[in-house]
Amino acid sequence: MAQAIAFYVLAAFILGFAVLVVSTKDTVHSVLFLVLDFLFVAALYVLLGAPFLAAIQILVYAGGIVVLYLFVVMLVNLKRAPEAHQDPHRRTKLGFGLSAAVLLELCAIAVFSNAQPAPAAAATNALAAMPVSGNTEQVGWLLYTSYLIPFEIASMLLLVAMIGAIVLAKREL
Amino acid sequence: MMLSAALFMIGVIGVMVRKNIIIIFMSIELILNAVNINLVAFSNQLHNAIGQVFAVFVIAVAAAEAAVGLGIILAFYRNKETVNIDEMNLMKW
Amino acid sequence: MIDQVVIPLLKIVIVLNATLVGVTYMVLLERKVIAWAQSRLGPMRVGPYGILQPVADAVKLMIKEDITPVRADKWVFTVAPIISMVPALIVYAVIPFGPVVRMFGRDVSLYITDVNVGLLYIVSVASIGVYGLILAGYASNSKYPLLASLRASAQLISYEVAVTLTLVSVILVAGSLSMVSIVNAQYNSGWWFAFVQPLAFVIFFIGGLAETNRAPFDLPEAEQELTGGFHTEYSGMRFALFFLAEYANMIVVSSVATTLFFGGWLPPFPNTAAFHFLYYIPAWAWFLTKSFVFLYIFIWVRATLPRYRYDQLMRLGWKVLIPLAIANLIVTGIVKVVLM
Repeated sequence: MAQAIAFYVLAAFILGFAVLVVSTKDTVHSVLFLVLDFLFVAALYVLLGAPFLAAIQILVYAGGIVVLYLFVVMLVNLKRAPEAHQDPHRRTKLGFGLSAAVLLELCAIAVFSNAQPAPAAAATNALAAMPVSGNTEQVGWLLYTSYLIPFEIASMLLLVAMIGAIVLAKREL
Repeated sequence: MMLSAALFMIGVIGVMVRKNIIIIFMSIELILNAVNINLVAFSNQLHNAIGQVFAVFVIAVAAAEAAVGLGIILAFYRNKETVNIDEMNLMKW
Repeated sequence: MIDQVVIPLLKIVIVLNATLVGVTYMVLLERKVIAWAQSRLGPMRVGPYGILQPVADAVKLMIKEDITPVRADKWVFTVAPIISMVPALIVYAVIPFGPVVRMFGRDVSLYITDVNVGLLYIVSVASIGVYGLILAGYASNSKYPLLASLRASAQLISYEVAVTLTLVSVILVAGSLSMVSIVNAQYNSGWWFAFVQPLAFVIFFIGGLAETNRAPFDLPEAEQELTGGFHTEYSGMRFALFFLAEYANMIVVSSVATTLFFGGWLPPFPNTAAFHFLYYIPAWAWFLTKSFVFLYIFIWVRATLPRYRYDQLMRLGWKVLIPLAIANLIVTGIVKVVLM
């Protein structure tokens, strides 16, 4: 019961801040609302039994990526006025129309997959025999045994992204 | 799952409607977060840690994409002095 | 009911009060120690030997006029010092002051909680502290604070990487992320981790100096450069909050270093029978003594070393500390696999 209340409160905050992110005129405020949103999502992860992921979310997303956004916003904002409205109406209506199409697709997927429930038991049994307990250990075990190759590829991806970001942001090549 | 779908929708609206490219990028981050919430919810439901492993990968990919994307924005801003996506039409004929 | 709610609340109240009082008296301690290092006496007028000086400082800062710059972003301006202070305070939720003791007929654990991702929690909360700096500089709406805050935050996030890598090697040796298990691992292995991982401790300490903007890395807040850094436009209680946040961060880094590298609440040479008499001193006394030694070293370093220039600082962080931390991690991993 308390869990349900906590979930709904967190969900309300998350959605509220997300709407604020998308609709605020001032970019810096938007970034701040994004940070708050990420913190609430991390709290949701703790509620859902994933403390390791919550800490990683705060460390990487809220503490790293959004700082990057804040830097770029400040470097770009230095002489700009808030965005001028050049014929916003046509764009906005088209945007909402496309979003409604995406919503219809999501509903269609949900309804279609409810008609044939996927076998959930098989996945559970296959990896129930894990020799470690505790959430972090389980994630670590999976990362290093079954999913080792994606792990290595992800580290390659991060390396490439790091080099790419440095090269792209240099003043003279 | 409803929460994840709703957050996804808000992110998509943000991507379609706003003109400031940085806010578009942040809406993409919102979309990725929505996906993560979905993964973690299913991982909780099925008592399987695979969802969380995938969510870790999604976070790593989001970090990489944010870094490179912001690098591109900075390079573009240095050339064209604008962050309005309507004016980013260098490749238009 | 009483075990779930009342006792943690009581612990939180005690820890918060102790921290805030400690932070206020850190101001006096710093002035005294720096004065002694410079062959003078420090504050001596207010109260006997200057003991009441922090009270005078607090009163002065509270009755100062609270200036907000024109066209500054009011919400962000107000929130920035709070964002600086809060992470420094909430880290205390996972720092263990002692083992489970028996008080008033109950088993009370001398830590507020034992999250099993405790160390990760500390690192993530520390990375939120960067926001206070950035927002303070931005909200002041003037050139000097903005540049200073960008420099300060770049410094902070660079040294965060080195510190996190050393913490990973500690986790490798201890085998768990929870702070209490790390102290127990030091008990089981019979050696403080500072002797098992000396390079990690040195890198952690230097990184901690840089993370809290303390000398010799205090370029962002030095008065001679950039006219006071990111808190130029702050006055009165908000400035006091920034100041206190810095000292609170110092105490946090000392406590974390004590827990991870110097045994937390354990006396030297734990688990050896010859030194068992050291256990008569209560555990929390050991913890406080060791943290105090680290605070003293922080102030000592400030009184002694000259300031690093910004490019030297960044070079040290990226080109020296991070490769050393990675090398330490690799060697630790190899040794652990070989010894298993």
